Amino acid sequence: MTYTPDELMTVAAARCVGNDDVCFVGIGLPSAACNLARLTHAPRITLIYESGTIATRPSVLPLSIGDGELCATALTTVSVPEFFRYWLPSGRISVGFLGAAQIDRFANLNSTVIGPYDRPAVRLPGAGGAPEMAAACQRIFIIIPHSRRAFRTRLDFLTTLGHGDGSGHRARLGLTTAGPAKVITDLCVMEPDDRTQELTVTSLHPGISKAQVEAATEWPVRFAADLAETRPPEPCELEVLRALRARTSEAHGAT
Amino acid sequence: MARFCSLQEAVEGAVHDGDVVAMEGFTHLIPFAAGHEMIRQGRRGLTLVRMTPDLIYDQLIGAGCAARLVFSWGGNPGVGSLHRLRDAVEHDWPRPLALEEYSHAAMACAYDAGAAHLPFAMFRGAPGGLAAVNPNFRSVVCPFTGETLTAIPSLQPDVTVIHAQRADREGNVMIEGIIGVQKEAVLAARRAIVTVEEVVERFDGRQPNACILPHWTVHAIAVVPGGAFPSYAYGYYPRDNPFYLAWDDISRDRETFRSWLDEHVIKAGPDAFAARARQVA
Repeated sequence: MTYTPDELMTVAAARCVGNDDVCFVGIGLPSAACNLARLTHAPRITLIYESGTIATRPSVLPLSIGDGELCATALTTVSVPEFFRYWLPSGRISVGFLGAAQIDRFANLNSTVIGPYDRPAVRLPGAGGAPEMAAACQRIFIIIPHSRRAFRTRLDFLTTLGHGDGSGHRARLGLTTAGPAKVITDLCVMEPDDRTQELTVTSLHPGISKAQVEAATEWPVRFAADLAETRPPEPCELEVLRALRARTSEAHGAT
Repeated sequence: MARFCSLQEAVEGAVHDGDVVAMEGFTHLIPFAAGHEMIRQGRRGLTLVRMTPDLIYDQLIGAGCAARLVFSWGGNPGVGSLHRLRDAVEHDWPRPLALEEYSHAAMACAYDAGAAHLPFAMFRGAPGGLAAVNPNFRSVVCPFTGETLTAIPSLQPDVTVIHAQRADREGNVMIEGIIGVQKEAVLAARRAIVTVEEVVERFDGRQPNACILPHWTVHAIAVVPGGAFPSYAYGYYPRDNPFYLAWDDISRDRETFRSWLDEHVIKAGPDAFAARARQVA
């Protein structure tokens, strides 16, 4: 079965989570990946959206984090202050998925501005729940398409701390959570080096060369010695993902 | 004490030029009809407070009502940019917009502290760049453990505006579904106005833990069926997701936005919302 880079990225992300995970889910690719996991290998996974909907089971992907279906299918819905005061900081959320406009070699993220903060070339949406999520969730997975515009030597703005300057920076700040554990792109999977926390390519997607990853990354990117090839999507995973996307398009009237 | 009145009277009485105005509703129950009324009344110099500015503040900013925005995530959810917000920040159109930017956790805590009438909110903030551009991020040391925690001023708006499913005859207000930060925003504000889908005799068969704002926490209630459109009212009508997608094109160009505003806001009134919501219900 043929598949698109976007589908491969979504399937690879879905495989990162399991039944025991309690996931903080953002809109877009993270939401697609988490619901794909729930509809395939992880039917008992707990999905939480920042609108306060806990253990929600939507039949279509929500367009916003607060679509009615999230509430209608949730185990319970709590207020936003309750979510951000009790549930997120308590360490009970095992996995958080994040996206961003820019990422650096230590998986720090920018979703605030392109250009200077006071006079930006592009004003992006901003932090939302990301900074506290990256600090409080046990592990963070980042889904981001690979390009030189996104994989930057220096961020225009540090919205969300990943591994800071590396080499144990998080621990020195008193953070007890693991931080970014995987970066899933449309070319490869990257993981932080055990010692320096610099992102290292651990798996190339089928048909992708090292040169393609290097060309799409502004910094001189490192590759693991035992570089793997990402397992391609199974037909059943693609069928479930495509059916989910088709239901979603129909529900939202997307063109 | 809640007073039933028209939306026009409610906004005239509670929202003044230069006020700090919070219009809350986390994707759900966004008080669009009240926002449009502020645009029609030509409010200027407002400080607009809202976790997720959404289309409602894109419209108020594009219409020139705002001088300052206090927020934590300013996008069109699942779609992309808020083009009127971006035009104001990037090109000062139609006028400059000052930003006071937080994270969701920070703003949620600031409303919570505001509802308690505390001067500041305290939480375990995450490291990052926001503190460098917003001097309101300070720190406080726990007197018991010595831990350094993040402190920001509490949010206590001049006026909070929300939309709710229903009020009873006494003026008590009930909210169901995603309840967001509305209760805190109302309790934190000096004045609160509420638009509702309908008024019922009493809240029969309610859950004992239902989210209810007693009539003595609310100043004015206006009945505006469909008043949250194109967001939604759980149990009444769904979110008009196609409109959120269409807004990307409507708002991208200044002239297209102006003509949309003229037709759907300036030349319309609160009564138009019922028909809009019926289209998606």
